[in-house]
Amino acid sequence: MSTPVTTAPRRRRTNPIHWLGFVLVGVIVLAGLVSFVWTPYALSDMAGGRLEAPNWQHWAGTDRLGRDLFTQLMIGARIALVVGSGAVAIGAAIGITTGVLAAFATRFFDDALAALFDILIAFPTLLIAMLVVAAREEASLGTAILALGIGLSPVVGRVTRILTKRILSQDYITAARVSGTSWPAIVFWHILPNIAPFLGVNLALQFGLAVMAEASLSYLGLGAPPPNASWGRMLQEAQSTVYTAPWGAVLPGLALFTLVIGVNLLADGLRDRFDPTQRGA
Amino acid sequence: MLGYMMRRLVILLLSLFIAAIVLFVLLRLLPGDPAGALVGVGATPEQIAAAQAQIGSDQPLGVQFITYLGDLARFDLGKSFVSRASVLDEISTRLSVTLPLALTAFALALLIAVPMGILAAVKSDRWSGLVLSVISQIGIAVPVFWLGILLVYEFALNLRWLPSGGFPLRGYADPGRAIESMVLPVLTIAIVMSASLMRYVRASMLEVLNSDFIRTARALGDSYTGALIRHGIRNAAVPVVAVLGIELSTTFLGAVVVEQVFSLPGMGSMLLLGIQQRDYPNIQGVLLVTTLLVLLTGFLADIIQRLLDPRLRHEARR
Repeated sequence: MSTPVTTAPRRRRTNPIHWLGFVLVGVIVLAGLVSFVWTPYALSDMAGGRLEAPNWQHWAGTDRLGRDLFTQLMIGARIALVVGSGAVAIGAAIGITTGVLAAFATRFFDDALAALFDILIAFPTLLIAMLVVAAREEASLGTAILALGIGLSPVVGRVTRILTKRILSQDYITAARVSGTSWPAIVFWHILPNIAPFLGVNLALQFGLAVMAEASLSYLGLGAPPPNASWGRMLQEAQSTVYTAPWGAVLPGLALFTLVIGVNLLADGLRDRFDPTQRGA
Repeated sequence: MLGYMMRRLVILLLSLFIAAIVLFVLLRLLPGDPAGALVGVGATPEQIAAAQAQIGSDQPLGVQFITYLGDLARFDLGKSFVSRASVLDEISTRLSVTLPLALTAFALALLIAVPMGILAAVKSDRWSGLVLSVISQIGIAVPVFWLGILLVYEFALNLRWLPSGGFPLRGYADPGRAIESMVLPVLTIAIVMSASLMRYVRASMLEVLNSDFIRTARALGDSYTGALIRHGIRNAAVPVVAVLGIELSTTFLGAVVVEQVFSLPGMGSMLLLGIQQRDYPNIQGVLLVTTLLVLLTGFLADIIQRLLDPRLRHEARR
Protein backbone atom coordinates (compact mmCIF):
# COMPACT_ATOMS: atom_id res chain seq x y z
CA MET A 1 0.00 0.00 0.00
CA SER A 2 2.90 2.33 0.64
CA THR A 3 4.57 2.23 -2.78
CA PRO A 4 2.11 4.34 -4.80
CA VAL A 5 1.99 6.96 -2.10
CA THR A 6 5.67 7.68 -2.00
CA THR A 7 5.73 8.40 -5.72
CA ALA A 8 2.29 9.89 -6.15
CA PRO A 9 2.49 13.34 -4.61
CA ARG A 10 5.73 14.46 -6.28
CA ARG A 11 4.78 14.90 -9.91
CA ARG A 12 1.57 16.85 -9.82
CA ARG A 13 0.23 19.29 -7.33
CA THR A 14 -1.53 16.94 -4.97
CA ASN A 15 -4.58 17.78 -2.97
CA PRO A 16 -3.36 18.32 0.62
CA ILE A 17 -6.30 16.25 1.80
CA HIS A 18 -4.66 13.14 0.31
CA TRP A 19 -1.59 13.89 2.38
CA LEU A 20 -3.86 13.87 5.39
CA GLY A 21 -4.88 10.34 4.43
CA PHE A 22 -1.22 9.34 4.27
CA VAL A 23 -0.58 10.79 7.73
CA LEU A 24 -3.67 9.17 9.31
CA VAL A 25 -2.85 5.73 7.93
CA GLY A 26 0.79 6.28 8.87
CA VAL A 27 -0.09 6.91 12.53
CA ILE A 28 -2.09 3.67 12.75
CA VAL A 29 0.54 1.64 10.88
CA LEU A 30 3.23 3.01 13.18
CA ALA A 31 1.19 2.12 16.28
CA GLY A 32 0.63 -1.38 14.90
CA LEU A 33 4.33 -1.89 14.10
CA VAL A 34 5.55 -0.55 17.43
CA SER A 35 3.13 -2.87 19.24
CA PHE A 36 5.25 -5.82 18.06
CA VAL A 37 8.27 -4.62 20.04
CA TRP A 38 6.84 -2.38 22.73
CA THR A 39 3.56 -1.63 24.48
CA PRO A 40 3.20 0.41 27.69
CA TYR A 41 1.94 -2.67 29.58
CA ALA A 42 1.36 -6.35 28.87
CA LEU A 43 -2.05 -6.97 27.33
CA SER A 44 -3.48 -8.88 30.32
CA ASP A 45 -1.62 -6.87 32.96
CA MET A 46 -4.22 -5.46 35.38
CA ALA A 47 -1.90 -2.59 36.22
CA GLY A 48 -4.36 0.14 37.06
CA GLY A 49 -7.59 0.73 38.94
CA ARG A 50 -10.86 -0.13 37.25
CA LEU A 51 -12.17 2.31 34.62
CA GLU A 52 -9.51 4.96 35.16
CA ALA A 53 -9.77 8.10 33.05
CA PRO A 54 -6.80 8.88 30.78
CA ASN A 55 -3.83 9.91 32.93
CA TRP A 56 0.00 9.90 32.91
CA GLN A 57 0.21 6.19 33.77
CA HIS A 58 -2.55 5.09 31.42
CA TRP A 59 -2.71 7.40 28.40
CA ALA A 60 -6.10 6.11 27.30
CA GLY A 61 -7.39 5.05 30.72
CA THR A 62 -8.15 1.51 31.81
CA ASP A 63 -10.95 -0.99 31.26
CA ARG A 64 -13.25 -2.77 33.71
CA LEU A 65 -10.44 -5.05 34.86
CA GLY A 66 -7.88 -2.25 35.17
CA ARG A 67 -6.05 -3.23 31.96
CA ASP A 68 -4.34 -0.44 30.03
CA LEU A 69 -6.48 0.77 27.11
CA PHE A 70 -3.60 2.35 25.19
CA THR A 71 -1.92 -1.07 25.03
CA GLN A 72 -5.17 -2.56 23.73
CA LEU A 73 -5.51 0.21 21.15
CA MET A 74 -1.99 -0.50 19.86
CA ILE A 75 -2.62 -4.25 19.62
CA GLY A 76 -5.96 -3.39 18.01
CA ALA A 77 -4.15 -1.42 15.30
CA ARG A 78 -1.99 -4.44 14.59
CA ILE A 79 -5.05 -6.71 14.35
CA ALA A 80 -6.97 -4.30 12.13
CA LEU A 81 -4.00 -4.07 9.75
CA VAL A 82 -3.34 -7.81 9.72
CA VAL A 83 -6.99 -8.69 9.16
CA GLY A 84 -7.44 -5.92 6.59
CA SER A 85 -4.38 -6.90 4.54
CA GLY A 86 -5.05 -10.61 4.90
CA ALA A 87 -8.66 -10.26 3.83
CA VAL A 88 -7.75 -8.06 0.88
CA ALA A 89 -5.05 -10.56 -0.18
CA ILE A 90 -7.51 -13.46 -0.10
CA GLY A 91 -10.27 -11.41 -1.71
CA ALA A 92 -7.87 -10.29 -4.44
CA ALA A 93 -6.59 -13.81 -5.07
CA ILE A 94 -10.12 -15.21 -5.49
CA GLY A 95 -11.61 -12.14 -7.12
CA ILE A 96 -8.87 -11.45 -9.66
CA THR A 97 -8.68 -15.11 -10.69
CA THR A 98 -12.42 -15.50 -11.21
CA GLY A 99 -12.72 -12.04 -12.75
CA VAL A 100 -10.03 -12.71 -15.36
CA LEU A 101 -11.45 -16.18 -16.02
CA ALA A 102 -14.93 -14.72 -16.53
CA ALA A 103 -13.59 -12.18 -19.01
CA PHE A 104 -11.88 -14.95 -20.99
CA ALA A 105 -14.68 -17.51 -20.70
CA THR A 106 -17.36 -18.33 -23.24
CA ARG A 107 -20.39 -16.07 -23.31
CA PHE A 108 -22.40 -18.49 -21.17
CA PHE A 109 -19.88 -18.83 -18.33
CA ASP A 110 -19.14 -15.13 -18.45
CA ASP A 111 -22.82 -14.29 -18.01
CA ALA A 112 -23.20 -16.88 -15.28
CA LEU A 113 -20.19 -15.59 -13.34
CA ALA A 114 -21.30 -11.97 -13.80
CA ALA A 115 -24.74 -12.86 -12.45
CA LEU A 116 -23.15 -14.71 -9.55
CA PHE A 117 -21.00 -11.68 -8.68
CA ASP A 118 -24.09 -9.46 -8.77
CA ILE A 119 -26.10 -11.76 -6.51
CA LEU A 120 -23.24 -12.11 -4.03
CA ILE A 121 -22.59 -8.36 -3.97
CA ALA A 122 -26.19 -7.81 -2.90
CA PHE A 123 -25.22 -9.55 0.33
CA PRO A 124 -22.93 -7.42 2.47
CA THR A 125 -19.43 -8.70 3.19
CA LEU A 126 -20.39 -8.85 6.84
CA LEU A 127 -23.22 -11.32 6.27
CA ILE A 128 -21.13 -13.66 4.14
CA ALA A 129 -18.40 -13.42 6.73
CA MET A 130 -20.87 -14.26 9.52
CA LEU A 131 -21.85 -17.42 7.66
CA VAL A 132 -18.26 -18.48 7.11
CA VAL A 133 -17.58 -17.95 10.81
CA ALA A 134 -20.71 -19.98 11.62
CA ALA A 135 -19.42 -22.78 9.43
CA ARG A 136 -16.18 -23.07 11.37
CA GLU A 137 -16.08 -24.83 14.69
CA GLU A 138 -14.52 -21.95 16.58
CA ALA A 139 -13.74 -18.30 15.99
CA SER A 140 -10.09 -17.38 15.42
CA LEU A 141 -8.07 -14.65 13.75
CA GLY A 142 -7.56 -16.89 10.72
CA THR A 143 -11.28 -17.57 10.41
CA ALA A 144 -12.05 -13.87 10.50
CA ILE A 145 -9.48 -13.16 7.75
CA LEU A 146 -10.73 -16.02 5.58
CA ALA A 147 -14.36 -15.04 6.14
CA LEU A 148 -13.83 -11.39 5.20
CA GLY A 149 -11.64 -12.32 2.25
CA ILE A 150 -14.34 -14.56 0.85
CA GLY A 151 -16.91 -11.89 1.62
CA LEU A 152 -15.21 -9.20 -0.44
CA SER A 153 -14.05 -11.39 -3.33
CA PRO A 154 -17.20 -10.91 -5.50
CA VAL A 155 -16.65 -7.14 -5.58
CA VAL A 156 -13.05 -7.61 -6.70
CA GLY A 157 -14.20 -10.22 -9.20
CA ARG A 158 -16.74 -7.92 -10.73
CA VAL A 159 -14.35 -4.99 -11.07
CA THR A 160 -11.61 -7.24 -12.47
CA ARG A 161 -14.00 -8.72 -15.05
CA ILE A 162 -15.09 -5.31 -16.30
CA LEU A 163 -11.54 -3.91 -16.42
CA THR A 164 -10.20 -7.02 -18.14
CA LYS A 165 -12.91 -6.94 -20.79
CA ARG A 166 -12.06 -3.32 -21.51
CA ILE A 167 -8.37 -4.20 -22.01
CA LEU A 168 -9.21 -7.29 -24.08
CA SER A 169 -10.95 -5.14 -26.68
CA GLN A 170 -7.78 -3.11 -27.26
CA ASP A 171 -5.77 -3.43 -30.47
CA TYR A 172 -2.53 -4.27 -28.70
CA ILE A 173 -4.10 -7.44 -27.35
CA THR A 174 -5.02 -8.48 -30.88
CA ALA A 175 -1.48 -7.61 -31.93
CA ALA A 176 0.00 -9.68 -29.13
CA ARG A 177 -2.28 -12.57 -30.02
CA VAL A 178 -1.40 -12.39 -33.71
CA SER A 179 2.30 -12.34 -32.89
CA GLY A 180 1.84 -15.63 -31.07
CA THR A 181 1.75 -14.61 -27.42
CA SER A 182 -0.03 -17.22 -25.31
CA TRP A 183 -3.07 -16.29 -23.25
CA PRO A 184 -1.34 -16.72 -19.87
CA ALA A 185 1.46 -14.45 -21.09
CA ILE A 186 -1.10 -11.90 -22.22
CA VAL A 187 -2.69 -11.99 -18.77
CA PHE A 188 0.63 -11.45 -17.01
CA TRP A 189 2.29 -9.01 -19.40
CA HIS A 190 -0.63 -6.97 -20.71
CA ILE A 191 -3.75 -7.34 -18.62
CA LEU A 192 -2.59 -7.39 -15.01
CA PRO A 193 -0.18 -4.43 -15.35
CA ASN A 194 -2.83 -2.39 -17.14
CA ILE A 195 -5.63 -3.01 -14.68
CA ALA A 196 -3.35 -2.74 -11.64
CA PRO A 197 -3.81 0.99 -10.92
CA PHE A 198 -7.61 0.86 -11.06
CA LEU A 199 -7.69 -2.37 -9.14
CA GLY A 200 -5.34 -0.84 -6.57
CA VAL A 201 -7.80 1.94 -5.86
CA ASN A 202 -10.60 -0.56 -5.47
CA LEU A 203 -8.51 -2.80 -3.20
CA ALA A 204 -7.66 0.19 -1.01
CA LEU A 205 -11.38 0.90 -0.58
CA GLN A 206 -11.98 -2.79 0.12
CA PHE A 207 -9.28 -2.64 2.79
CA GLY A 208 -11.27 0.05 4.59
CA LEU A 209 -14.44 -2.01 4.30
CA ALA A 210 -12.67 -5.13 5.58
CA VAL A 211 -11.33 -3.29 8.61
CA MET A 212 -14.83 -2.00 9.34
CA ALA A 213 -16.37 -5.45 8.85
CA GLU A 214 -13.77 -7.05 11.14
CA ALA A 215 -14.70 -4.57 13.85
CA SER A 216 -18.38 -5.41 13.32
CA LEU A 217 -17.68 -9.16 13.55
CA SER A 218 -15.74 -8.65 16.76
CA TYR A 219 -18.43 -6.35 18.09
CA LEU A 220 -20.97 -9.10 17.48
CA GLY A 221 -18.73 -11.57 19.28
CA LEU A 222 -17.87 -13.51 16.11
CA GLY A 223 -14.35 -12.14 15.64
CA ALA A 224 -10.99 -13.22 16.96
CA PRO A 225 -11.28 -14.50 20.55
CA PRO A 226 -9.93 -12.65 23.64
CA PRO A 227 -6.14 -12.55 23.59
CA ASN A 228 -6.60 -10.46 20.44
CA ALA A 229 -7.70 -6.95 21.41
CA SER A 230 -9.77 -5.96 18.39
CA TRP A 231 -11.20 -2.44 18.36
CA GLY A 232 -14.65 -3.92 17.75
CA ARG A 233 -14.44 -6.08 20.86
CA MET A 234 -13.12 -3.13 22.90
CA LEU A 235 -16.21 -1.19 21.83
CA GLN A 236 -18.49 -4.06 22.76
CA GLU A 237 -16.89 -4.33 26.20
CA ALA A 238 -16.97 -0.57 26.75
CA GLN A 239 -20.61 -0.20 25.76
CA SER A 240 -21.94 -1.39 29.12
CA THR A 241 -19.84 1.13 31.03
CA VAL A 242 -20.14 4.00 28.55
CA TYR A 243 -21.87 6.25 31.08
CA THR A 244 -19.15 6.07 33.74
CA ALA A 245 -16.22 5.64 31.31
CA PRO A 246 -17.07 7.20 27.94
CA TRP A 247 -13.43 7.34 26.71
CA GLY A 248 -13.33 3.55 26.59
CA ALA A 249 -16.05 3.66 23.93
CA VAL A 250 -14.84 6.82 22.19
CA LEU A 251 -11.18 5.93 21.59
CA PRO A 252 -11.45 2.53 19.80
CA GLY A 253 -14.11 4.00 17.51
CA LEU A 254 -11.91 7.00 16.84
CA ALA A 255 -9.01 4.72 15.95
CA LEU A 256 -11.20 2.75 13.57
CA PHE A 257 -12.53 5.96 12.04
CA THR A 258 -8.98 7.31 11.61
CA LEU A 259 -7.81 4.23 9.74
CA VAL A 260 -10.88 3.99 7.50
CA ILE A 261 -11.01 7.65 6.53
CA GLY A 262 -7.24 7.65 6.02
CA VAL A 263 -7.46 4.70 3.65
CA ASN A 264 -10.39 6.27 1.78
CA LEU A 265 -8.49 9.53 1.31
CA LEU A 266 -5.45 7.61 0.09
CA ALA A 267 -7.63 5.73 -2.38
CA ASP A 268 -9.02 9.03 -3.64
CA GLY A 269 -5.47 10.27 -4.08
CA LEU A 270 -4.50 7.15 -6.01
CA ARG A 271 -7.53 7.52 -8.25
CA ASP A 272 -6.70 11.15 -8.99
CA ARG A 273 -3.22 10.09 -9.94
CA PHE A 274 -4.11 7.12 -12.14
CA ASP A 275 -7.49 8.06 -13.51
CA PRO A 276 -7.59 11.71 -14.56
CA THR A 277 -11.16 11.37 -15.91
CA GLN A 278 -12.44 10.75 -12.40
CA ARG A 279 -10.65 13.70 -10.87
CA GLY A 280 -12.78 15.60 -8.41
CA ALA A 281 -15.67 13.13 -8.65
CA MET B 1 -42.76 -2.76 -20.42
CA LEU B 2 -45.22 -5.45 -19.35
CA GLY B 3 -43.18 -8.02 -21.22
CA TYR B 4 -40.06 -6.83 -19.45
CA MET B 5 -41.80 -7.06 -16.09
CA MET B 6 -42.90 -10.61 -16.77
CA ARG B 7 -39.40 -11.61 -17.84
CA ARG B 8 -37.92 -9.88 -14.81
CA LEU B 9 -40.43 -11.70 -12.59
CA VAL B 10 -39.33 -15.05 -14.02
CA ILE B 11 -35.71 -14.12 -13.29
CA LEU B 12 -36.75 -13.16 -9.75
CA LEU B 13 -38.41 -16.53 -9.10
CA LEU B 14 -35.50 -18.35 -10.71
CA SER B 15 -32.99 -16.50 -8.52
CA LEU B 16 -35.03 -17.33 -5.44
CA PHE B 17 -35.02 -20.99 -6.44
CA ILE B 18 -31.26 -20.93 -6.97
CA ALA B 19 -30.78 -19.14 -3.65
CA ALA B 20 -32.86 -21.85 -1.93
CA ILE B 21 -30.62 -24.54 -3.45
CA VAL B 22 -27.45 -22.68 -2.48
CA LEU B 23 -28.72 -22.33 1.10
CA PHE B 24 -29.61 -26.01 1.27
CA VAL B 25 -26.13 -26.99 0.14
CA LEU B 26 -24.41 -24.42 2.37
CA LEU B 27 -26.19 -25.51 5.53
CA ARG B 28 -25.42 -29.16 4.81
CA LEU B 29 -21.77 -28.26 4.33
CA LEU B 30 -21.59 -26.94 7.89
CA PRO B 31 -19.54 -29.27 10.07
CA GLY B 32 -21.48 -31.57 12.36
CA ASP B 33 -24.94 -33.00 12.06
CA PRO B 34 -27.69 -30.51 12.95
CA ALA B 35 -29.06 -33.31 15.13
CA GLY B 36 -25.96 -32.90 17.29
CA ALA B 37 -26.84 -29.25 17.76
CA LEU B 38 -30.41 -30.25 18.60
CA VAL B 39 -29.63 -32.65 21.46
CA GLY B 40 -26.54 -30.85 22.72
CA VAL B 41 -23.17 -32.03 24.01
CA GLY B 42 -22.96 -35.36 25.84
CA ALA B 43 -25.95 -36.99 24.16
CA THR B 44 -25.98 -40.78 23.77
CA PRO B 45 -25.83 -42.26 20.24
CA GLU B 46 -29.47 -43.35 20.67
CA GLN B 47 -30.54 -39.80 21.44
CA ILE B 48 -28.66 -38.52 18.39
CA ALA B 49 -30.28 -41.18 16.20
CA ALA B 50 -33.69 -40.25 17.55
CA ALA B 51 -33.01 -36.59 16.86
CA GLN B 52 -31.85 -37.43 13.34
CA ALA B 53 -35.06 -39.33 12.70
CA GLN B 54 -37.05 -36.44 14.10
CA ILE B 55 -35.56 -33.77 11.80
CA GLY B 56 -35.00 -36.14 8.91
CA SER B 57 -31.23 -35.76 8.63
CA ASP B 58 -30.89 -39.58 8.50
CA GLN B 59 -32.61 -39.56 5.10
CA PRO B 60 -30.58 -39.54 1.87
CA LEU B 61 -29.71 -36.03 0.67
CA GLY B 62 -32.03 -36.29 -2.35
CA VAL B 63 -35.02 -37.11 -0.13
CA GLN B 64 -34.05 -34.30 2.24
CA PHE B 65 -33.91 -31.90 -0.70
CA ILE B 66 -37.36 -32.86 -2.02
CA THR B 67 -38.84 -32.51 1.47
CA TYR B 68 -37.15 -29.13 1.82
CA LEU B 69 -38.54 -27.84 -1.49
CA GLY B 70 -42.00 -29.19 -0.64
CA ASP B 71 -41.91 -27.42 2.71
CA LEU B 72 -40.80 -24.21 1.05
CA ALA B 73 -43.64 -24.39 -1.48
CA ARG B 74 -46.06 -24.57 1.45
CA PHE B 75 -44.27 -21.65 3.18
CA ASP B 76 -43.26 -24.03 5.94
CA LEU B 77 -39.87 -22.99 7.28
CA GLY B 78 -39.84 -25.59 10.03
CA LYS B 79 -39.43 -25.25 13.78
CA SER B 80 -36.57 -23.78 15.76
CA PHE B 81 -34.30 -26.38 17.38
CA VAL B 82 -34.03 -24.33 20.52
CA SER B 83 -37.44 -22.80 21.20
CA ARG B 84 -39.49 -25.29 19.14
CA ALA B 85 -41.43 -22.26 17.82
CA SER B 86 -42.46 -21.99 14.18
CA VAL B 87 -39.69 -20.20 12.29
CA LEU B 88 -42.16 -18.34 10.09
CA ASP B 89 -44.06 -16.96 13.11
CA GLU B 90 -40.80 -15.89 14.72
CA ILE B 91 -39.70 -14.19 11.52
CA SER B 92 -42.96 -12.29 11.08
CA THR B 93 -42.73 -10.99 14.66
CA ARG B 94 -39.16 -9.90 14.09
CA LEU B 95 -39.88 -8.41 10.68
CA SER B 96 -42.34 -6.09 12.41
CA VAL B 97 -39.27 -4.57 14.05
CA THR B 98 -36.71 -4.76 11.23
CA LEU B 99 -38.90 -3.65 8.32
CA PRO B 100 -40.11 -0.37 9.89
CA LEU B 101 -36.58 0.24 11.16
CA ALA B 102 -34.97 -0.26 7.76
CA LEU B 103 -37.64 1.51 5.72
CA THR B 104 -37.89 4.57 7.98
CA ALA B 105 -34.12 4.89 8.13
CA PHE B 106 -33.95 4.50 4.36
CA ALA B 107 -36.60 7.19 3.78
CA LEU B 108 -34.87 9.55 6.20
CA ALA B 109 -31.50 8.90 4.54
CA LEU B 110 -33.01 9.78 1.17
CA LEU B 111 -34.53 12.96 2.57
CA ILE B 112 -31.10 13.99 3.80
CA ALA B 113 -28.94 12.69 0.96
CA VAL B 114 -30.83 13.84 -2.14
CA PRO B 115 -31.00 17.59 -1.39
CA MET B 116 -27.50 17.62 0.13
CA GLY B 117 -26.04 15.64 -2.76
CA ILE B 118 -27.62 17.94 -5.35
CA LEU B 119 -26.42 20.97 -3.42
CA ALA B 120 -22.91 19.51 -3.17
CA ALA B 121 -22.88 19.04 -6.95
CA VAL B 122 -24.32 22.45 -7.83
CA LYS B 123 -21.92 24.20 -5.44
CA SER B 124 -19.02 21.87 -6.23
CA ASP B 125 -16.62 24.75 -6.88
CA ARG B 126 -17.67 26.70 -3.81
CA TRP B 127 -16.55 26.15 -0.23
CA SER B 128 -20.08 25.09 0.75
CA GLY B 129 -19.90 22.20 -1.72
CA LEU B 130 -16.51 21.25 -0.33
CA VAL B 131 -17.84 21.25 3.22
CA LEU B 132 -20.71 18.96 2.19
CA SER B 133 -18.25 16.58 0.51
CA VAL B 134 -16.08 16.51 3.61
CA ILE B 135 -19.12 15.76 5.77
CA SER B 136 -20.04 12.85 3.55
CA GLN B 137 -16.44 11.55 3.58
CA ILE B 138 -16.52 11.63 7.37
CA GLY B 139 -19.93 9.94 7.49
CA ILE B 140 -18.75 7.08 5.29
CA ALA B 141 -15.84 6.32 7.60
CA VAL B 142 -17.87 6.34 10.83
CA PRO B 143 -18.50 2.80 12.12
CA VAL B 144 -22.26 2.41 12.49
CA PHE B 145 -22.14 0.75 15.92
CA TRP B 146 -19.80 3.44 17.23
CA LEU B 147 -22.23 6.14 16.14
CA GLY B 148 -25.01 4.15 17.84
CA ILE B 149 -23.07 3.98 21.11
CA LEU B 150 -22.25 7.70 20.97
CA LEU B 151 -25.90 8.60 20.33
CA VAL B 152 -26.95 6.40 23.26
CA TYR B 153 -24.37 8.10 25.47
CA GLU B 154 -25.61 11.58 24.59
CA PHE B 155 -29.37 11.23 24.10
CA ALA B 156 -30.19 8.31 26.37
CA LEU B 157 -27.68 8.50 29.20
CA ASN B 158 -26.74 12.19 29.39
CA LEU B 159 -29.89 13.98 28.28
CA ARG B 160 -32.24 11.10 29.13
CA TRP B 161 -34.54 11.99 26.26
CA LEU B 162 -34.85 8.50 24.82
CA PRO B 163 -34.44 4.89 25.94
CA SER B 164 -30.95 3.43 25.46
CA GLY B 165 -32.26 0.26 23.89
CA GLY B 166 -34.78 -2.54 23.99
CA PHE B 167 -38.27 -2.76 22.59
CA PRO B 168 -41.53 -2.86 24.58
CA LEU B 169 -42.61 -6.43 25.28
CA ARG B 170 -46.10 -5.69 24.07
CA GLY B 171 -44.65 -4.30 20.82
CA TYR B 172 -46.83 -1.88 18.92
CA ALA B 173 -49.67 -2.30 21.43
CA ASP B 174 -47.55 0.22 23.31
CA PRO B 175 -47.10 2.69 20.44
CA GLY B 176 -45.48 5.54 22.37
CA ARG B 177 -42.66 3.43 23.74
CA ALA B 178 -42.30 1.44 20.54
CA ILE B 179 -41.71 4.62 18.56
CA GLU B 180 -39.43 6.06 21.23
CA SER B 181 -37.23 3.00 21.14
CA MET B 182 -36.94 3.25 17.35
CA VAL B 183 -35.76 6.88 17.17
CA LEU B 184 -32.07 6.35 17.93
CA PRO B 185 -31.65 3.18 15.81
CA VAL B 186 -33.34 4.90 12.85
CA LEU B 187 -31.12 7.96 13.25
CA THR B 188 -28.00 5.81 13.49
CA ILE B 189 -28.69 3.97 10.24
CA ALA B 190 -29.99 7.06 8.43
CA ILE B 191 -26.93 9.20 9.22
CA VAL B 192 -24.39 6.63 8.07
CA MET B 193 -26.41 5.67 5.03
CA SER B 194 -27.11 9.23 3.90
CA ALA B 195 -23.36 9.90 3.83
CA SER B 196 -22.70 7.23 1.22
CA LEU B 197 -25.93 7.97 -0.70
CA MET B 198 -24.97 11.62 -0.87
CA ARG B 199 -21.77 10.66 -2.61
CA TYR B 200 -23.67 8.82 -5.33
CA VAL B 201 -26.20 11.61 -5.76
CA ARG B 202 -23.40 14.15 -6.03
CA ALA B 203 -21.38 12.14 -8.55
CA SER B 204 -24.43 11.41 -10.68
CA MET B 205 -25.58 15.01 -10.55
CA LEU B 206 -22.13 16.35 -11.46
CA GLU B 207 -22.07 14.16 -14.54
CA VAL B 208 -25.48 15.42 -15.62
CA LEU B 209 -24.56 19.04 -14.96
CA ASN B 210 -21.60 18.76 -17.32
CA SER B 211 -23.67 17.09 -20.02
CA ASP B 212 -24.55 18.56 -23.39
CA PHE B 213 -28.29 18.42 -22.90
CA ILE B 214 -28.17 20.75 -19.93
CA ARG B 215 -26.09 23.19 -21.97
CA THR B 216 -28.60 22.94 -24.81
CA ALA B 217 -31.51 23.53 -22.45
CA ARG B 218 -29.71 26.58 -21.10
CA ALA B 219 -29.01 27.83 -24.62
CA LEU B 220 -32.69 27.43 -25.47
CA GLY B 221 -33.50 29.83 -22.67
CA ASP B 222 -34.10 27.63 -19.64
CA SER B 223 -32.92 29.10 -16.37
CA TYR B 224 -30.25 27.13 -14.51
CA THR B 225 -32.69 25.82 -11.91
CA GLY B 226 -35.31 25.19 -14.59
CA ALA B 227 -32.95 23.06 -16.67
CA LEU B 228 -31.88 21.26 -13.52
CA ILE B 229 -35.42 20.40 -12.49
CA ARG B 230 -36.76 19.56 -15.95
CA HIS B 231 -33.82 17.59 -17.30
CA GLY B 232 -31.20 17.18 -14.63
CA ILE B 233 -32.86 15.39 -11.75
CA ARG B 234 -34.59 12.70 -13.72
CA ASN B 235 -31.42 11.83 -15.59
CA ALA B 236 -29.32 11.87 -12.48
CA ALA B 237 -31.83 9.65 -10.70
CA VAL B 238 -31.31 6.62 -12.95
CA PRO B 239 -27.89 5.48 -11.69
CA VAL B 240 -28.82 6.51 -8.15
CA VAL B 241 -31.87 4.22 -8.17
CA ALA B 242 -29.61 1.31 -9.13
CA VAL B 243 -27.47 2.02 -6.08
CA LEU B 244 -30.54 2.51 -3.88
CA GLY B 245 -31.58 -1.09 -4.49
CA ILE B 246 -28.27 -2.36 -3.17
CA GLU B 247 -28.25 0.14 -0.30
CA LEU B 248 -31.73 -0.87 0.86
CA SER B 249 -30.85 -4.55 0.92
CA THR B 250 -27.67 -3.68 2.78
CA THR B 251 -29.87 -1.98 5.36
CA PHE B 252 -32.02 -5.07 5.89
CA LEU B 253 -28.90 -7.09 6.55
CA GLY B 254 -26.81 -4.34 8.13
CA ALA B 255 -29.52 -3.94 10.74
CA VAL B 256 -27.90 -6.88 12.56
CA VAL B 257 -25.23 -4.63 14.06
CA VAL B 258 -27.58 -1.79 14.93
CA GLU B 259 -30.09 -4.19 16.46
CA GLN B 260 -27.26 -5.46 18.64
CA VAL B 261 -26.33 -1.94 19.79
CA PHE B 262 -29.92 -1.16 20.80
CA SER B 263 -30.91 -4.72 21.80
CA LEU B 264 -33.80 -4.72 19.34
CA PRO B 265 -35.53 -8.06 18.73
CA GLY B 266 -35.28 -7.96 14.92
CA MET B 267 -34.17 -10.25 12.10
CA GLY B 268 -30.50 -9.45 12.66
CA SER B 269 -30.49 -10.50 16.28
CA MET B 270 -32.43 -13.62 15.29
CA LEU B 271 -29.68 -14.51 12.82
CA LEU B 272 -26.94 -13.80 15.35
CA LEU B 273 -28.67 -15.90 18.00
CA GLY B 274 -29.22 -18.65 15.45
CA ILE B 275 -25.50 -18.66 14.61
CA GLN B 276 -24.50 -18.71 18.29
CA GLN B 277 -26.92 -21.54 19.11
CA ARG B 278 -26.40 -23.45 15.83
CA ASP B 279 -30.14 -23.21 15.32
CA TYR B 280 -30.13 -24.25 11.65
CA PRO B 281 -33.85 -23.81 10.88
CA ASN B 282 -33.73 -20.24 12.19
CA ILE B 283 -30.57 -19.40 10.22
CA GLN B 284 -32.05 -20.90 7.07
CA GLY B 285 -35.37 -19.08 7.55
CA VAL B 286 -33.79 -15.69 8.15
CA LEU B 287 -31.52 -16.07 5.14
CA LEU B 288 -34.35 -17.16 2.85
CA VAL B 289 -36.58 -14.27 3.83
CA THR B 290 -33.69 -11.83 3.59
CA THR B 291 -32.80 -13.15 0.15
CA LEU B 292 -36.40 -12.66 -0.90
CA LEU B 293 -36.29 -9.06 0.34
CA VAL B 294 -32.98 -8.42 -1.43
CA LEU B 295 -34.26 -9.87 -4.71
CA LEU B 296 -37.55 -7.96 -4.45
CA THR B 297 -35.64 -4.73 -3.87
CA GLY B 298 -33.50 -5.38 -6.93
CA PHE B 299 -36.63 -6.14 -8.94
CA LEU B 300 -38.27 -2.86 -7.90
CA ALA B 301 -35.08 -0.90 -8.58
CA ASP B 302 -34.89 -2.32 -12.11
CA ILE B 303 -38.54 -1.50 -12.82
CA ILE B 304 -38.21 2.05 -11.48
CA GLN B 305 -35.06 2.61 -13.53
CA ARG B 306 -36.96 1.68 -16.68
CA LEU B 307 -39.90 3.90 -15.76
CA LEU B 308 -37.45 6.79 -15.36
CA ASP B 309 -35.39 6.18 -18.46
CA PRO B 310 -37.08 5.37 -21.76
CA ARG B 311 -33.72 4.42 -23.30
CA LEU B 312 -33.50 1.42 -20.97
CA ARG B 313 -37.02 0.38 -22.00
CA HIS B 314 -36.04 0.30 -25.65
CA GLU B 315 -32.87 -1.54 -24.91
CA ALA B 316 -34.94 -4.16 -23.13
CA ARG B 317 -37.13 -4.68 -26.16
CA ARG B 318 -34.25 -5.45 -28.46
